[in-house]
Amino acid sequence: MVLEEVEKEFSLRRAESIDGIPTFYCHRELVLPLMERLKRDFEVLLDITAVDYLGRKEKRFELVYHLLSLSEKMRLRIKVELGEGEKIPTLSFLWKNANWLEREVYDMFGIEFQGHPDLRRILLYPEFKGHPLRKDYPLKKSQPRIKLLRPERE
Amino acid sequence: MKEGNFITTTLESLIGWARKYSIFQYPFVTACCGMEYMATAASHFDIDRFGAGLTRFTPRQADVLFVVGTISHKLAPVLRKVYEQMTEPKWVVAFGTCTITGGLYDNYAAVQGIDAIIPVDIYIPGCPPRPETVLDALMKLQEKIQREKQKWSLRK
Amino acid sequence: MMEKMLLNIGPSHPAMHGTIQIKVELDGERIIKADVEIGYLHRGFEKTAENRTYMQIIPYTDRLNYVSPLLNNLAYAMAVEKLLGIDVPPRAKWLRMIFGEISRITDHLTCIAPIGMELGAFTVFLYMIKAREFLWNVLDATTGARLTTSYIRIGGVKADVPENFEDLLRKALEETKKAVRDVHGLLSRNPIFLKRTKDVGVVSQDDALSYGFTGPVLRSTGYYYDVRKAFPYLYYDEVDFEVPLGERGDNYDRYMVRMKEIEQSIRIIEQSLSKMEKGPVKAEDEVAEAYEAIKASQEGKYLDGKLKLNPNLEGMEREVYYKIMARVPRYILPPKEDLYRSIEGMIRHFKLIMSGHGLRPPAGEVYVPVEGGNGELGFYIVSDGTDRPYRLHLRAPVFSIMSALAEMIKGHYIADVIPTFASINMIGGELDR
Ligand code: SF4
Repeated sequence: MVLEEVEKEFSLRRAESIDGIPTFYCHRELVLPLMERLKRDFEVLLDITAVDYLGRKEKRFELVYHLLSLSEKMRLRIKVELGEGEKIPTLSFLWKNANWLEREVYDMFGIEFQGHPDLRRILLYPEFKGHPLRKDYPLKKSQPRIKLLRPERE
Repeated sequence: MKEGNFITTTLESLIGWARKYSIFQYPFVTACCGMEYMATAASHFDIDRFGAGLTRFTPRQADVLFVVGTISHKLAPVLRKVYEQMTEPKWVVAFGTCTITGGLYDNYAAVQGIDAIIPVDIYIPGCPPRPETVLDALMKLQEKIQREKQKWSLRK
Repeated sequence: MMEKMLLNIGPSHPAMHGTIQIKVELDGERIIKADVEIGYLHRGFEKTAENRTYMQIIPYTDRLNYVSPLLNNLAYAMAVEKLLGIDVPPRAKWLRMIFGEISRITDHLTCIAPIGMELGAFTVFLYMIKAREFLWNVLDATTGARLTTSYIRIGGVKADVPENFEDLLRKALEETKKAVRDVHGLLSRNPIFLKRTKDVGVVSQDDALSYGFTGPVLRSTGYYYDVRKAFPYLYYDEVDFEVPLGERGDNYDRYMVRMKEIEQSIRIIEQSLSKMEKGPVKAEDEVAEAYEAIKASQEGKYLDGKLKLNPNLEGMEREVYYKIMARVPRYILPPKEDLYRSIEGMIRHFKLIMSGHGLRPPAGEVYVPVEGGNGELGFYIVSDGTDRPYRLHLRAPVFSIMSALAEMIKGHYIADVIPTFASINMIGGELDR
């Protein structure tokens, strides 16, 4: 099995999962070689997202990669713990859709990807300050781009 | 009308009558409400019966701006620009709860009612409004157009 | 000397159903560079979901991919069910399949309608929307809403189908078949349509995988992957259907795959109809109004017999309720009759609805995908044991597909942007969330 090999080689930490998708923690510095290795078996990068554990965990962010192997009919979840301000290498030259997925993570969480060709906001606008999916961003704090005719909320 | 007969009316109401049955609309469609907007425009409900079937896809030729769907803060400047590009007389229809109050999306991203950006004439509630509601609103708009003080001028 | 021109398409443009902006650099009419700007419909779904209880999120999922709302409901409900570890009864599963496939049909109809319209075939638009209207009638009769139905709930479905359901559905399917046949006649061999779509917007298989394509767009390149086949859920392994494939991965193939998928979905629905057991016959007569039962329960009495419920609650009567909802008192609301009749039912209901109590799944995380209208649609939910998700993320198939748009239109004429963009079925709610 690929996974066991990889698990040893990159000293991954297995985490429990309730949905049957094998889940591993990987060290930040090993992400790039790990993904290069995994790319051979997992053709599709399904998703990159992050979770903000503000005040709950030592390292604030957890980056979550979902991979899909079409030939093996199998999914895989790789997690990386990141502290505030820590950077992570981009995967955009391995999988092309990583470009946008990483931009989204950057936009929503402010996590920076090293070597990303075009790291700017994707869903929000350049004037926007802060990163809305961080837990310390208030839900209703809007940042209008134009002068409004009336205040939005009382 | 038979020859020799005539109808009296005021110029004002004549213009109103002409205007209300020749609504050129500009659909500013962004989200889910657009699906119901499509349904209203298609054969089952047929918005054409009210003289509002002709969509103009440039604001300069349109009289009624249909704002259909959520307006986010990112899109707000675009909406205002489209509105400003429309020539007088012009009316705005807010289609769906999102355009009225922000609807389900009471958060950082959505504008809490488009009347914070542009003036609105008719509000259509519903998430999304059913086509019947839309047609009802259209008739209300027609009434409003008829009753309004008509702006017009004869240019030499 | 060639002169470059910068052209801006959108965000508010007639051929951009939904709002995106494409900035193209032109050499004559050829596109040499394109930049796609999205996010105009970013409504903060994920952040909002973190602040809502699990049940309150269902209406939001309707509004993600709003041309196939039920498939979004389904993905979300299945994700939460996985988290809770509950199983839904067979009838609910069949109903989920039927309504999911109806939703897939409406999705594809609504995708093809604008393709036709934008390429000058307005009739196609009218035919497709007409067929969709009949399908929506079925939804309307069962769920009470045409578009934003919130029909598939955690633990089952909202209500059982009405008595005339089969007739309505068969009529709608007939109409759909007719529309599909007509559209085949209008478009599939139409030289204008072929010129605009064949060999335009080609994606190779390698690129498709590298971009994370799934669903009809991946299958149009000839790659066989369908979540329903690869990881069967519900009863998809018990029905017989094919997965249509394309060859070249151009606009025409994408159109064709969608057209064929409509036919397959109809097949699935017809099989499900015959395999699903007949609904229970509602025989009992109503004896009392709900408010009388509430009054009686305040006096400590229990009113026997069937209650007259609000018409909105049709299909949720107690005799059918546990056929369409899982029987897990901890997580699933009691039938309405119990709520009106007894204090226990009332308490159970309140415990699940009141904020601070509510549905509390165990801590953990799940990723559950289904085959959505555009491909693998998955919810990633992180629960911390409270009544709200700690983090909820949607794996939107169209997001990955859209990231390839710039490359797909590069080198083509400016007019080709329109069919290419239309054929990938961009849905703002799903793309920007
Ligand atoms: S009002 Fe409802 S249906 Fe309309 S755009 Fe807003 S959320 Fe969508």
